[in-house]
Amino acid sequence: MSNVKTLPSWRALTQHGVMPQANHDEAARLNVLTHLNLHLSSRVIPGLRQVYEKHVHPAFVKEHGREPETRHEVRKVMMEDGYCQLWSALRRNTMEMRHQTGRAMVLRQADALSKKVEQLNKGCDTLQLDPTIEVPANISQVDIHCQPGCYYQEYYDQDVTVAASYDVGLFVTTAGLLGALSDGGGQAIANWLKAEHPNFKPKRILDLGCTVGHNAVPLAQAFPDAEVIAIDVATPCLRYAHARAKSLGVDNISFVQANVESLPQYADESFDLITSAMFWHEASHKMLPKALKTVQRLLKPEGLTIHLEQPQYHGKSVFEQFMRDWDTYNNNEPYWGPMHDLDLAEQLDKAGFDGSAMFEVGVVAKVDEKIFGKSAAGDSGEDFGRAPVWNAFGLWKK
Amino acid sequence: MTSANTSTKKSSADIDILDLAGTKAKGQRPYFLADKQVEQVLSIAMAVATELAVTRERLASLEAVLAEKGIISADAIEQFSPSAKHTAARSLDTQEYLARILRIVQQDKEEISQDDKSMEQLQRELTQTD
Ligand SMILES: C[S@@+](CC[C@H](N)C(=O)[O-])C[C@H]1O[C@@H](n2cnc3c(N)ncnc32)[C@H](O)[C@@H]1O
Repeated sequence: MSNVKTLPSWRALTQHGVMPQANHDEAARLNVLTHLNLHLSSRVIPGLRQVYEKHVHPAFVKEHGREPETRHEVRKVMMEDGYCQLWSALRRNTMEMRHQTGRAMVLRQADALSKKVEQLNKGCDTLQLDPTIEVPANISQVDIHCQPGCYYQEYYDQDVTVAASYDVGLFVTTAGLLGALSDGGGQAIANWLKAEHPNFKPKRILDLGCTVGHNAVPLAQAFPDAEVIAIDVATPCLRYAHARAKSLGVDNISFVQANVESLPQYADESFDLITSAMFWHEASHKMLPKALKTVQRLLKPEGLTIHLEQPQYHGKSVFEQFMRDWDTYNNNEPYWGPMHDLDLAEQLDKAGFDGSAMFEVGVVAKVDEKIFGKSAAGDSGEDFGRAPVWNAFGLWKK
Repeated sequence: MTSANTSTKKSSADIDILDLAGTKAKGQRPYFLADKQVEQVLSIAMAVATELAVTRERLASLEAVLAEKGIISADAIEQFSPSAKHTAARSLDTQEYLARILRIVQQDKEEISQDDKSMEQLQRELTQTD
């Protein structure tokens, strides 16, 4: 018997009401790309440590008479190595293929998707679009994670294709580990809250940079009596997110087009819980402090703010930092590295919180184990940031 | 700040799906290999490899459907819903397929960890006399 773990099919994902339909070959293409990501992370990536330890590191020490001091020094020499170059070329290419596959699939059913979305959204005051909102520089200047059109581009009136393609691809880039609704992150936060803070019953919840709302939905379900407000700047994402949540029977979320830098429409200390998932690494250094100040202003005393992110670089070896930092330069994530260098407690302090109260915790989602198998936390190869053990940071406001 | 939240086209009939599906992300694309064209050929090879895998998947579905129903019908393939056993077999098959295509990368990794000697070096060592 083989000890190779098998992956579920993309077709095992839950077909919520606006889920793009994959024909046989499109699903097969997504499955191959998912396996390709798994192949790269479990079979190719481990060779990079060998390359570093056997060749690149000794050559560096020989040439400079000292250890490499920063990940940037490691990057310079690693990216000259043939094995590292080949891995990089394959990984970038896999990302590009995933976007082409997702886009081809959603563009051919663009009209049908728009219609379904419009139908579900019709007459709902829980979708609040604001055409005067400008796209901030942190996403207008760069197509984050190589996604053409980023989060906000509309190719025609009522377009939701960039959002739908994002939803389609989450399974592929995470190698199928986020569960049937790709909502493992939100589930992880909700599980942690229920287990560790069973008496915390937030009445008003704010989610920052919600994209397609997949992580806000499990929170809304965990606290059905709460009012959830999910904010984003991107029109297609908000339209799609609202219809997606509706189709799942979730009515206690409002999707609001707004810039998290200020949110003047909400009163001071008006939220019990403020969350985000994988948001801060896409925030520029100009925007991040303003957004944290907003969080500080809006959070009630005794309230909690908690954010899923990858762990900060501080304390990690320069090699591991280099590995984790690949996306910064090669996957259009310019803020990834700078954000992971920040002292988050200090940032919280500057925003007016007591930074010394910050905690960090690893949260894990148990996603549909029958279909998706046990969470890969711990049993997957070293993949530097792709495993679904979510690192969360946050604090309780005093 | 730019206001790019607005579309320029009225309907999806005005878009070119082929071009738009494959369009590039904003910003200069990094090339990793010493020769840009070699990397482009690699990209093409990986796309071809993916398409072959898709064809293999379709054939496997066809066979499974034939076995199940004893009929040949395109619709039966579209509607075919794989069993857990079938999905696991496909997953394993795809992993083996990728391992074959990317064998050269695996072998490079092994050579790095094993410090293989060159034939000249081995020849020197093995033809030494006391
Ligand atoms: C990485 S995505 C968040 C991912 C999502 N929360 C998830 O769980 O997968 C970042 C999102 O933040 C939005 N965004 C970026 N800057 C923003 C800002 N200043 N105000 C509001 N939303 C913003 C983007 O449009 C995008 O949808």
